[in-house]
This record gives sequence, C-alpha cells and structure tokens, in this order.
Amino acid sequence: MAEEVKMLKVTIDNIPVEVPQGSTILQAARLIGGDVAPPAMCYYSKLKGSGGKCRTCLVEVSKGSTADPRPMPKLVASCRTGVMDGMEVKNITSDRVLDARNGVVEFLLINHPLDCPICDQAGECHLQDLSYVHGKEGTRYEFHRRTFDKHDLGPYIQLHMTRCILCYRCVQTAEQVTDGRAHGVLGRGDHAEIATYIEKALDNDFIGNVIDVCPVGALTDRTFRFKNRVWFTKPVDAHRDCPTCKGRVTLWQRGEEVLRVTARKDQWGEVEDWICNTCRFEKKKASDWIVEGPSKVDRHSVISQGHYVGLQRPTEIFSAVHDGRSPKLLMDIHSISEVNRPEVALSAIPGPATSATFDTDKKS
Amino acid sequence: MGRKLLLEKADIPGIRSYNVYRQHGGYAAVEKALRMTPEEVVEEVKKSGLRGRGGAGFPTGMKWSFLAKPAGVPRYLVCNADESEPGTFKDRYLMEFLPHLLIEGLIAASWALGSHRTYIYIRGEYAWIVDILDQAIAEANAHGWLGKNILGSGFDCQIYVQRGAGAYICGEETALIESLEGKRGNPRIKPPFPAVKGLWDCPTVVNNVETLAAVVPILQLGGEEYAKTGIGKSTGTKLISACGNINRPGVYEIDMTISVEEFIYSDEYCGGIAGGKRLKACIPGGSSVPILPANLLLRTAKGEKRMMTYESLSDGGFQTGSMMGSGGFIVLDEDQCVVRHTLTLARFYRHESCGQCSPCREGTGWMEKILHRMEHGKGRMEDIDLLWDIQRRIEGNTICPLGDAAAWPVAAAIRHFRDEFAWHVTAPEECLRRNYGLAQYADELVSA
Amino acid sequence: MSKFTEEMKVEVTRIMDRYPEGKQKSALIPVLLMAQDASEGWLSPEVMDETAALLGLEPIEVYEVATFYSMFNLQPVGRHVFEVCQTGPCMLNGSDALIAHIQHRLGIGVGETTPDGLFTLKTVECLGACGYAPMMQLGKHYREHLTPEKVDALIEACRNMTMA
Ligand SMILES: Cc1cc2nc3c(=O)[nH]c(=O)nc-3n(C[C@H](O)[C@H](O)[C@H](O)COP(=O)(O)O)c2cc1C
Ligand code: SF4
Ligand code: SF4
Ligand code: FES
Ligand code: FES
Repeated sequence: MAEEVKMLKVTIDNIPVEVPQGSTILQAARLIGGDVAPPAMCYYSKLKGSGGKCRTCLVEVSKGSTADPRPMPKLVASCRTGVMDGMEVKNITSDRVLDARNGVVEFLLINHPLDCPICDQAGECHLQDLSYVHGKEGTRYEFHRRTFDKHDLGPYIQLHMTRCILCYRCVQTAEQVTDGRAHGVLGRGDHAEIATYIEKALDNDFIGNVIDVCPVGALTDRTFRFKNRVWFTKPVDAHRDCPTCKGRVTLWQRGEEVLRVTARKDQWGEVEDWICNTCRFEKKKASDWIVEGPSKVDRHSVISQGHYVGLQRPTEIFSAVHDGRSPKLLMDIHSISEVNRPEVALSAIPGPATSATFDTDKKS
Repeated sequence: MGRKLLLEKADIPGIRSYNVYRQHGGYAAVEKALRMTPEEVVEEVKKSGLRGRGGAGFPTGMKWSFLAKPAGVPRYLVCNADESEPGTFKDRYLMEFLPHLLIEGLIAASWALGSHRTYIYIRGEYAWIVDILDQAIAEANAHGWLGKNILGSGFDCQIYVQRGAGAYICGEETALIESLEGKRGNPRIKPPFPAVKGLWDCPTVVNNVETLAAVVPILQLGGEEYAKTGIGKSTGTKLISACGNINRPGVYEIDMTISVEEFIYSDEYCGGIAGGKRLKACIPGGSSVPILPANLLLRTAKGEKRMMTYESLSDGGFQTGSMMGSGGFIVLDEDQCVVRHTLTLARFYRHESCGQCSPCREGTGWMEKILHRMEHGKGRMEDIDLLWDIQRRIEGNTICPLGDAAAWPVAAAIRHFRDEFAWHVTAPEECLRRNYGLAQYADELVSA
Repeated sequence: MSKFTEEMKVEVTRIMDRYPEGKQKSALIPVLLMAQDASEGWLSPEVMDETAALLGLEPIEVYEVATFYSMFNLQPVGRHVFEVCQTGPCMLNGSDALIAHIQHRLGIGVGETTPDGLFTLKTVECLGACGYAPMMQLGKHYREHLTPEKVDALIEACRNMTMA
C-alpha cells in the first residue's frame, strides 16, 4: 500500500544524512541535531504555511544537487527549502551564514525592549537564546525603540506587542487550531502589529495555545504573570482526563502550587499536543492532575544550563567538522538591556526574582 | 528618429476609441493569433527576444513556456499595472492613451496561455484609468473580441480590471496575487512559483503592461522582424519615463540603439538639463537600481559610450554600472543633494515594506533614521559604514526583492558619493544651507 | 443603519461575479474602496464589519487588509484630501517647498484636518506622475505641475465648491 518514499542524501556542515523526499533542509538538519540545526524563530512544524519570515534559519547551499551541482547564489531559508539528492549545505561552517544571522538577530533586537528581567518568557525565550549565541556586545541602534502599550486580549492572554517579532505563528495557530480567528497582523512594514483592531477577547477553546507557540514573551498567560521566574519553578509532566483535548501537559509548580500549565514541548520547543483552555487556565490545583515525573527541558534554553534533570545533551559535534569553529557566546544581555542593570545580578538575588526586584530601576 | 512600435499611433486623434483604433489596423494581432495555435504564438514571442518590461528583464517567451498545464485546472494571465516604482510612469501613459493596444495584447496572450479569466491589477490611485480601461473592455466585448467563442474560434475570454489600494509591494508578482485574492500584499515564499501555483493556487503568468502591449507588434511583424530592432539581446523598443531635472520630462519610446548621452541631451528626448545646469547623477531604471555619477553614466568604466540597452546600462555590474530596470529615468542636476534624494528613497522603501521578514522590516526603518540624521547635520562619520553594513545585511537575505531594492540605492549612493556623505558630517551647518554640488571628479566630464 | 445602499449591494454582486465560484474574498479591496467613497472618505469599524458580513469573511480579515493599504483611511478625513507626493523625483522638483506652502495656507500640519473639516493634508509616496512633478492627488484625479499659485487656486475652488 504505502508507496516507497525515496530517500535523499544531503550533507550539512560536512555531516551526511538521509531524509525522505519532500523534507526541508531544516528537517534534515534537525535529524543531525546539535548546532547543525539552524535556529528557527518562525517555522513551526505543526503549523501549515509557517516559516520563511524571520530569516534566522538562513543557510548556504554550496551544491544544489548531484544533478545540478551549482551553488545557490543567495542564502536560503532552510525551513522552506526542499532537499535535493546530493545537496551540500553549510550552516555554522559558513561565514556568510553566521554574518547574515548576526545581522538578523541585530535587526530583531533593535526594536526589542530588552526587558528580559521583567518578562515572563525569560529563561524560555528563543530570542534570548539566540542573542546569547549571535548577538553583539552593545547595540548600534540609538533611536527610540518602537513602543506599544501592553494589552489584555480577554481574561486569559496578555499581549506585550513591543516584544513581538511578527513570526505569524499565533495567527496561524488561531486560524488552524481554533474555530474562528479574532486577532491578526494589522498595519504594514515597521508599523505592523498583532492586534484585534477593536477591543475583543480571545477566548475560544484552543486559543491558549498561542502562548505556547510564541517564541518570545509577547503573548503571556494572564493567569500566571509575574508569579515567578520560570527557572525557579519546577516543571513536571502531568495529565488529566480531559473531554476536549488529550490533557497531556507540563505543570509548572512551586511546592504544591500549580503556577502555570503549558503544553509539553519537544526538543525544538514545539508543543507535542495542543491543549484546551480549560486545562491551561482553569486547572490550577495539584489535585486536578496526575503527575508523571519531571519534564525534560528544552536544550536551547537558559534553564537547561547547568542543573536540570532529564536534560538531553545534544549530539556532540567535533570542532574538526566545524572547521575548528565553536559556537560563539558573545553577548551578555546585561550590557545592552535598558532595564536589566548589571548591578542586579540574577544569581545574587535570594529566592525567586520578580518584577519587584527591578522596580527600583523603573523610574516612573 | 528611432523606430516606434508601441506609441506609433499615440498621436492619432481619438485613438482611445475603438472605432478609430480599429480603423488604424487595431485588433489585427488578435485575428492573426486566433489563426495560430497557442504554441505558435508562444514561439513567435520567443523569437522576438522580448524581455519583461516590469523590471527584471526575464525573457517573456521562456516565462510563458514554463507555465504548468495540468489537465482540468484553470490557468490565469494577470497584467501587472501596479506601476509604483519611483520614476516610473510609462504603463500609465500606455493605458491612458492606447487602452486598446493593451486589451489587444491581453487577448492574444490569453489565447497563447489558455487564460479564460484575465485580470489587470492596477494601482488604486490610477482611478480614472480604470474608467478608460473599463470603457475599452466594454467596446471590445461589444465587437466580439471578448466573451464567448471569440471570432468563432471556440475560445472564451473575459478581462477584468482589479484596483489595488495603495501598496508598492503589490507590484511584486506574488504579493500582487495575494492582493488579487483579497488579502494583505505579503509576498509568498518561493518556490512554488506562480507558473505552477499562482492565483488561487492555479498556474499563473504575471506580465507587465508594456510587455503585454509589445505582443501586438510582435504578432503583426513576426518575432524575427521585431527582433531586428535594437541591439543584441535588447530587442524591440522600450518605453522610458524620464523625470527629474530635465527640460522635457515625459514618456519616450526608444529603439535601444541610442546612447545615454543622446537620450539626455537630444531635443527629441529629454532636451538637456533644466535651467542650463550640469548633470550630476542619474538613476536610469527606477528608484531601485544603482545611481550613477555623470561620468559613469555617460561612459562605462572601460571608456565606452554607454547605450540605452539592457547590457550597456548594466555594464560594470554594481561597481560601475546600473540597470535598465523598469525604465524610470531620474536625472539629478548639479544643485541636488544625493543624501536627501537617498533619504526620500529610504523613506519610500520603509513605507512600502510589507513587514513580513525581519531584515527588511527593521533594516529599512533604521537606514531611513540614519539618513535623516545625516541630512540634518547630525550624522557621524561611522554612520556611513553603519549604513553600508545595514544594507549589506538586508540584501539577498529577504523573502522578496524589495529588500534588495531598498539596499541598492543606499549602497550605490555611498559607493559613488561617499565624499558628499562625509561632507554632511564635517560641515553639519553648511549642509543645512546649501548642497554639496558636483562630485569632486566631475570636472573632467564632457557634456554635449 | 446599513452603509450599503441597495444599489451598492447590486454592485457588490457584480464585483463578485468577476471571480470563480468560492473566490468571493477577492472582492474585498474593490468593495472597501467603494464603501469608503460612500462613507465620507473613511472606513469605520461598522462599515468594515458590514463588508465582512456581505462577503462572508471574519471581521479580522477585513481589518488586516484595510490597515495594510495606504489608500484606506481609518479615521475621519476632511471633505477635500490633498495627497501630496514627496518621493525623490517630486522632491527634485520642489515638493518640499510645496508641502510647506500648503501647510502655511491651510494652517495645518501633515496628517491634520482643518477645524472646519474642509481639508486634510497627507503626504504620500510616488504616485506614478514623476515626470509631471510636483503633484498631488485630489479625489479621483491627479493635479500635476503644481506651483504655489495653482495650489492657491485649487484651495479656492474647493472652498467655492463646498459653498455652492
Ligand atoms: C517590490 C517590487 C515591485 C514591483 N513592481 C512592479 C510593477 O509595479 N510593475 C511591474 O510590471 N512589475 C513590478 N515588479 C516585477 C514583478 O514582480 C514581475 O517581475 C513582473 O510583473 C513580471 O512581468 P514582466 O516579465 O513582463 O516584466 C516588481 C517587483 C518587485 C520586487
Ligand atoms: S505575538 Fe508571538 S507568536 Fe504572535 S507574531 Fe508576535 S512573536 Fe509571533
Ligand atoms: S523583503 Fe520586505 S517587502 Fe519583501 S517580503 Fe520581506 S518585508 Fe515584505
Ligand atoms: S525559521 Fe526559517 S525563516 Fe524563520
Ligand atoms: S515621485 Fe512623485 S509621482 Fe513619482
């Protein structure tokens, strides 16, 4: 019955891998894993039509295919470029790629508020991760950053538009996972924003998933906000018998308290199953859930640096294969943040850091 | 006097009306096309060497032969009349004065491509031209050139005019298709290309107004005869819209055998620089293409006369050349400020970016802000390199070519007029009072 | 109250007929342009919601489109909207001075409307009239080769038109 799927051979950063026809370069690179997988801020495998926008996943195709070995003249978005048999791709072995990616990260940060210390997403933010690896010391942008007021989209979700990178994931989620989309991208160019236009609550059954797909802290859980810093909470896998969704979630607990419920995420930060609003927003008692055990934590994340249980080490890549290059750790977010003063070192704060810790900095 | 193939009849009184147009041989190309097979029409266009007049210069015959033809799936022809590239106003001229020429070309092309519903996507601001086109379409319908079973050929075709609503990006063919589908003009990520998956996911060809109008002389003369006009791969004629500081701004049809110098100084065309001033610089192909200082404009780096052809205008690559682009010819006289002009273009691209991809969305605004500060005497020397670095990191890294189009003007202005940028920094007060004048090396220039 | 008259609704169906079955969303931009013309030159949320209902779309789909295109006004505008081009080729021919002149004459800044609600001044990017610069769009038509005198005459004509 099943037609035989043709396997294609592709080499990424000098490491060969075989993937089924129809795969993208990004999918192939993720099979290899580790640093060979380009960062993806907008692509989301579970959302149709996602990807291509943020340009963080750009790679160099140094050989098109066995049949047509010509290199591709421009860098391509690996999330939206199909693999050809015999293709050769350079990700972190290409200076062009690293340069372009540094550029993209800089572009993403110029209008970003850099308010990591008061952001719920800190510690699980993909932009934060990316800027650790690719950012520069200091910013070359000296103009006023774009600002928007923060905004409640109904009782559950808060929008902090200044942090948005316009990945379109939340729009695609609302379109594809919920019945009826009420928010979207309004305006164009550097005025584009996520909004509802007229005051409207986002409240249909699965809309909470937009929080999980958001790669930054633009969409956050109002039922959780500011209660804690993620890296001081303890995630456990849990489930419940839910009539609407599969009920498989991650609980973020402190002691017996359920501070927040999210979907379970895989190694690439993508949700495993969409969860419903009831599971996410209403079930805040430990007794609502059957706990399975500690969650595995996303390897990208700041949380995983050091001491977390269940951490999977990435497949180690020898620096030899990388032409001797090792990933850069250039930027210290402290040095470019307007609110995060180096004087307030997170590690020096006794107990959980909250927004209050930084209130002294906000001279309003 | 160059040969005219498109605007030949533009001066005939009443040519806008069907009757006059028909009396002067109009619609003969449709009659001829319908006696040929669609493949034969495509073949003629291939032989003509016609290259897309919308900016990219891609061979039209080849583009048509790429159109996928899966059974049972409709195919569409869309005419790109979005014309929003600064400096470009040639399609408007064609549509305003010779609407039937476009309709005639569209019917022949629709036959060649098998399009039964053909759309003209026109920029929303050209509201009065919509009326002109609607009128022409109604006349063509009334005389049996459109509708069911045209001239008894069994071919059905209808042409519809669709108005945009103010967005340069909708000139990019996939953004145009999105807009025609009633959406925001966000360019699509390619592949798939429109030839495979375009309008409503069906195979689609998008061509510029002038390209489609040129199908008429190609069919009338035959592809080979058409190709005899021009030089090398620049066959046929090209409409150039000339503007800026010249004596005779307007739309000119050139047969691509004349030099840039002749085009600027001859009374048949631009008639020289306005006010007897001297030529400082020129953007020869619409705002996106590199600006050239007078010396490199008139002669290539090899010292040859630069000609108004695709090849000659791009001779020297981006280092010392430019592009034919859309044919928007913008001339700057000695009293103009390159920094200010570049600033207006940067503002334009920031305003027109769709905002989908980060380098273009963020980079265009950043460049505008830096240029603004330089133009107002608040710049620093490092700003020049910063601008260079920003444009370099936009170029080639975006979804659609608007990113490149925003980067190139800044790059070329810095490449050729760095001294003028630097002067804005070293003379912050003087630059508010007067302009820099000619580039240092301009004195050796000849002018006719 | 409906902003769409019966005549307009007939026109909407006529527009929808231009597209194949099931592709009625394509009518959105033409219908919004028509609706704006019929509603004092701007699109209120009510007009957009009604457009959505007519075409069977979610309101957000209409807002997304209306906010993308520069010809749609989402705030009330004056009776006569001066849309003056300020891009390169027009700038080379004095559009900056022209815009300053209009500001002075009307006593308003760019993006503002006169207190009597008669005039709105907008700057726009290249309108495809670069050879006839400086220029502006006034209603359906372009006014080209502008000079301060021509602008004054236009302002006068607009005032007279309103009084008549
Ligand atoms: C930002 C951008 C704007 C464009 N604007 C136009 C336009 O206004 N008119 C046009 O014909 N082509 C425009 N093009 C080129 C079109 O994408 C496309 O190449 C062209 O319509 C193809 O027609 P042709 O082969 O006949 O030139 C634009 C391209 C880009 C990237
Ligand atoms: S709010 Fe978050 S998910 Fe939505 S577009 Fe912005 S960054 Fe992406
Ligand atoms: S390059 Fe600019 S206009 Fe093109 S898709 Fe990206 S943001 Fe949009
Ligand atoms: S992940 Fe590929 S472009 Fe964003
Ligand atoms: S620059 Fe003003 S119309 Fe083109």
